[in-house]
Amino acid sequence: MDKVIVSPSPHVHSPASTDGIMRDVIIALVPALLVSFLFYGWSQLLVLAVSCVSCVGLEWLIARFLFKRPGLFSGTSALVTGILLAMNLPCTTPWWIVFIGALFAIGVVKMSFGGLGQNLFNPAIAGRVFLLVSFPVQMTNWTMPANSFAAVDAVTGSTPLSLIKEGLKSGQSIGDVLAANGMDMGMLLRDIGGSSGEISAIALLVGFCYLLIRRVVKPWIPLSILLTVALIAGIFHAVDPAHYTGIGFNLLTGGVLLGAFFMATDYVTSPMSNWGGVVFGVGIGVIVMMIRYFGSYPEGMSFAILIMNCFVPLINRAFHQKKYGRA
Amino acid sequence: MTNTIIWTVVILTVLGLLLSLVLFWIARKFRVEEDPRIDEIEKTLPGANCGGCGFAGCRAFADAAVKAGNLDANYCPVGGSDVMKKVAAILGCEVKEAAPLVAVVRCNGSCAVRPRTNTYQGAQSCKVKAALYGGDTGCLFGCLGCGDCVAACQFGAITMDAVTGLPVVDEAKCTACGKCAAACPKRIIELRPKGPRGMREYVGCVNKEKGPVARKACAAACIGCGLCEKTCTHGAITVADNVAYIDPAKCKLCRECEAVCPTGAIHGINFPKELDKEAVKKRIADRKAKAAEAAKAEVKKEESNG
Amino acid sequence: MGKLTFSIGGIHPADRKIARERQIEVLPLPDKVYVSMFQHLGAMAKPVVSVGDTVKAGQIIAEPGGFISAYIHSPVSGTVKSIGPRKDLAGFNQMHIEIAVEGDEWAEGIDLSPELVTDIPEDKAFILDRIKMNGVVGLGGATFPAHVKLNPPPGKTADCLILNGAECEPYLTSDYRILLERTDEIVVGAAIMQKVLGGCRCVIGIEENKPEAIAAARASVAKLGYPNMEVAVLKKRYPQGGEKQLIDAVMHRQVKSGGLPIDVGAVVQNVATSLAVYEAVQKNKPLVTNVLTVTGDCLPVERQHNYLFRIGVPLSFIAEYAGGIPEGAVKIVSGGPMMGKAIANLDATTVKGSSSILYLSAATERKAESNCIRCGRCADACPMGLEPFLLKSLYAAGDVPALEQNAAQDCIECGCCQYSCPAYIPLLDNIRQAKGQVMAVIRARNAKK
Repeated sequence: MDKVIVSPSPHVHSPASTDGIMRDVIIALVPALLVSFLFYGWSQLLVLAVSCVSCVGLEWLIARFLFKRPGLFSGTSALVTGILLAMNLPCTTPWWIVFIGALFAIGVVKMSFGGLGQNLFNPAIAGRVFLLVSFPVQMTNWTMPANSFAAVDAVTGSTPLSLIKEGLKSGQSIGDVLAANGMDMGMLLRDIGGSSGEISAIALLVGFCYLLIRRVVKPWIPLSILLTVALIAGIFHAVDPAHYTGIGFNLLTGGVLLGAFFMATDYVTSPMSNWGGVVFGVGIGVIVMMIRYFGSYPEGMSFAILIMNCFVPLINRAFHQKKYGRA
Repeated sequence: MTNTIIWTVVILTVLGLLLSLVLFWIARKFRVEEDPRIDEIEKTLPGANCGGCGFAGCRAFADAAVKAGNLDANYCPVGGSDVMKKVAAILGCEVKEAAPLVAVVRCNGSCAVRPRTNTYQGAQSCKVKAALYGGDTGCLFGCLGCGDCVAACQFGAITMDAVTGLPVVDEAKCTACGKCAAACPKRIIELRPKGPRGMREYVGCVNKEKGPVARKACAAACIGCGLCEKTCTHGAITVADNVAYIDPAKCKLCRECEAVCPTGAIHGINFPKELDKEAVKKRIADRKAKAAEAAKAEVKKEESNG
Repeated sequence: MGKLTFSIGGIHPADRKIARERQIEVLPLPDKVYVSMFQHLGAMAKPVVSVGDTVKAGQIIAEPGGFISAYIHSPVSGTVKSIGPRKDLAGFNQMHIEIAVEGDEWAEGIDLSPELVTDIPEDKAFILDRIKMNGVVGLGGATFPAHVKLNPPPGKTADCLILNGAECEPYLTSDYRILLERTDEIVVGAAIMQKVLGGCRCVIGIEENKPEAIAAARASVAKLGYPNMEVAVLKKRYPQGGEKQLIDAVMHRQVKSGGLPIDVGAVVQNVATSLAVYEAVQKNKPLVTNVLTVTGDCLPVERQHNYLFRIGVPLSFIAEYAGGIPEGAVKIVSGGPMMGKAIANLDATTVKGSSSILYLSAATERKAESNCIRCGRCADACPMGLEPFLLKSLYAAGDVPALEQNAAQDCIECGCCQYSCPAYIPLLDNIRQAKGQVMAVIRARNAKK
C-alpha cells in the first residue's frame, strides 16, 4: 500500500458538486429553450450560441490571462449565464450586441468582483439592462413568432406590455388597446411578441419543478415573488380594471416567471436564509409592480431583481439561522 | 445667451466662496488638538502599518512615543536605526542602538533528507495540520510546509521553496517584524541578529527527541551528541532536551561547531569562504594537543617545586 | 410514540452497515500490549506499577490523575516491561505501560461467569464506587469518566436517562451487535444507572435502520420489567446520536450554549457504556474490553468483522488478524467516517474508546476546492443552527469577537457542513481552529471572574 492519506474529519462527502448543480440548472432550462426554438427558429439559436460561446470564452480568457488564475474559470456557471442572457434578448439581436452584453455580464459584473461567488448583481440581468440602456432600439425590436423555422423576416412588433403602456399613456384603457390589436387575455402558450422567455410559461414551470425535485432551489423566493405580484395586481385590478392590468397578465408577461424561477433564485445574489428569501421576494414583487403601474418602463422585472440584489447583504445581516439552544 | 453665461458664472462663484467659508469655519470649530510632533514622527516612519513594533500601525506608534516622551518601549524594526535616530531627534531623547535582526528558519528537514511517511490532504494551513497530528514525516517538530509563515509576511520576504519544501527568507526584504515567527505553530522561526556583514551561525533543528529517533526521521537532525558544546571555546552552545542551541550574543563565528557536527545540523550563512572542515578539525586537534602539553608541563613544574 | 428526531439541520449519508450480520468474535491475545495512560477525557492516569512487576488481568495499573480522570486496569496477565512514551495514532508521544503477555489469569474478586444478575444494589454510593474503581468511561467516543457524569452536582437532578443506541455514523456496527447479543446486560445496566440517578425515566433510543435491535430491546425491557423504561425509535439521520440532538429528539429540550445536559435534566450514555456499567457493578469486572468493527468500502463482507478486543492491542495486530490491509485502501480511520481520526501510525494501540478500523478507498479522497457559491447547504445541514460559510470568512479575517457572537464555540464538529459543501471547501478544518480561538477567549474571561 502506498503512503496512507491523513486528513481531518469528515472523510466522506456528499455526491453534490458545483458543476453538478449548474448542470441541473441547464437541464431545467432545456424545455424553455426548445419551445423558444420552435417559435423563433434559427435566429434564436444563433443568439444562444453567440451568447454561450462569448460568456464561456470571455471568462476563460479573463481568468487565464488577465488575472493569471486559471482556477477562477468555472465553465458550467458561465454557460448558465450565457443561456439566461440569451433568453432575455430578442432573436433579432445582432451578434455583436450579444457579445458586448456577454462582455459586460462576465467581465464587469462577475469577474471584476472576484469571479464565481463574489458578484453582487446577477450577471445575466445586469447584462440585459446594460444592453437595454445602451441599444434601446435593437433591444425593443421584438418579433412575432412564426411556427416553422422561419428566420429573421418574421414580422416585427412590440410586446403586449409596451403596447398597453403606450396606450395607457395616451389615455386609452386596457380594453381599447387589446381590441385595437385583436388580442385577448388568455395567452398561456400563444403567439405574442416577446423574448423567448416570456412565451414558454409551461416549459419554465416544468424546469422549475425539476429543480425543486433535485433540491437545487427552495420554493420560498419564487413563491413570495409570484404571490406578491398576484396580490398587488389583484387589488389594483379590482379597484380600477380599466387602467390596471390583472393577475394573469402580470404573472405571464415580462419575464416574471423566468426571473422568479431562475434569476432571483441564483445562489450568489440571493439571501442565505429562508425568511430573508421571503423578504427578498416580496421586495421584488412590490418593485416590479410599481414600475409597471407607475414607472415609465413597461416592464420592471430586471430592475426589480437588481435593486433587491443591492439589499441582499443587509438582509443577510438581519436574518440569521435559528441556533440550537438559543430561544 | 450671454446673460445666461454671466449669471451662471456669478452664481457659481458666489456659491463657491460661500461654501468654502462654511468649510473653513467647520474645520476650525471641529479641529482636534494634537501634538504636531505626532504628525512629524509619522512622516519619518515607513508607513507599512505592519505591527512589528507592537502597536496598531505607524500612527499609533507615533502617538505612544510622544505620550511617553521617551523611546524605551518603542522600536521600529522595519525602519531600523536610521528611522529611530530621526524619531529621537524630533522628540529630543536618546535611542538604544539595537542590532538588526532577521528571521531564521531553524529546520533542515528538506524533502531530500526527511522522507514522507504519509500524505496530508486537509486544509493547506500549518495550524490545521499541527492540530491534527504529528505531521507527514517521522519528525514531530519539523516544518510542516503549508506556508502559514508565507501568508503572514506583509513584505514578501519569505517564500516556500518548491524543491526543498522549506521556507526561504529573503534577507534584503525581511524587516524582523516577527509575524512569521508568531504564525509558525512549531516555533521553528527565530529572530536572530543579522551578524557582522550578515554572517551568523545557527542550529537548524528543534527536534527534542532522543538522537536515534531524530536521526531516523531526518538525516540532518541534531542528535544531541554534545560535540559542539564540548568544542566551543566561547561557551555559546548549550544542549538541552536532546537539541543544541547557539546563543547569538556569545557566538564568535569561529565555525568550529559547524565543522565537528556529525549530521551537518549547524549552518553558517554569508561567510565569504567555504568551510574547510578538515582544516578546522586539525586546528582543534592541535589546540587540544598544545593544551595537554602545557598541562603536563605545569604538573612537572609543581612536582619539581613541591 | 412515533419516530423521534432532532429539529435543526442534519444530513442523510448512506448508512453502509455492511458488517451488521457479522457476529462478535473474540480476538486472540498478542505477545505484548501497550496500555495508554490517556484513554479518557480529563487528566492523564498515573501508573501505580513498576517495571518488572507481574500483573493479573483486571488489576489496577494506573490511578486517576485528577477529579476528572479514571482508573486503568491491566487487560492481560504478564510482566511489566517498560513505562514510557510511545506514539499514539496521531503520532504524538503519550505515556504507555508495556506488558508482556503470559497466560490469561484474572485478578481476584472478578466474576467471569456468564449468568445474568438482575438484582440491583440499593446503595448508590456502592454503585458509584464500583463504577469508579472499575474504570468505566463513556464509550460513545468522548470517554468522559462515567462516575462523574452519573453523580450530578447538588441542585441538579436528572429527569431522563437516554441510552444512545443510534450509532448514526455510517459503517459502524459494534453498538448494533451488542444490542443484539448482550441485550439483557445492557437493560440491567440501564436500570442500575436509573437507580443511581434517583429513579428517573429511561429511554433507549435506537435508529429505525436497526429493526432487530429495536425488537430485541423491547422484548428484553418487557421481560426484565424494570419500571419507567421504554424503547424509542429514532429517524435515520446524522448526527442523530449526538448528545445535544438526542436530548432535543427525546425530551424536546435544548441545552443552552456553554451548558451541560444535566442543566436540562438529561443524562446521555452509550449502550456500550451501559454494558460496561453492568459488568462493573454486577460482576466487579473492570473495563478492559470493547467491541470494534473492521469495515470499509474496499473490502467484501467476508473480510469485515466485529471484534471483542482488549485495550492495549496494536492496531496493526488486529489489521493482520483480519486479513491485512485491503488493496485499494488509501486511508485508515479510527472511528466513523464523519468524526473519526485518520490513522497516521498503525502501530498505535487500542484504547477504551476504540470503535473501528475503517478502510476507505480513493473514491473518498478530497477533491479540489473551488469558490463558495453561497448556496447555503452548509447552514441547512448544521445541526446546531450555525452558519459555516460566515464562520469561515470571519476566521479568515481573524475576527474573534464576531466568531463568538456567531456561536463558533457551539460547533460539535460533526462534519455535516463540509460533507454538504458542493465546492469542497474545508469548512470544518477552519471552524475547528476558530472554535479553539473562541474557547481560549472564553476560558480566559471565566478565569478572571
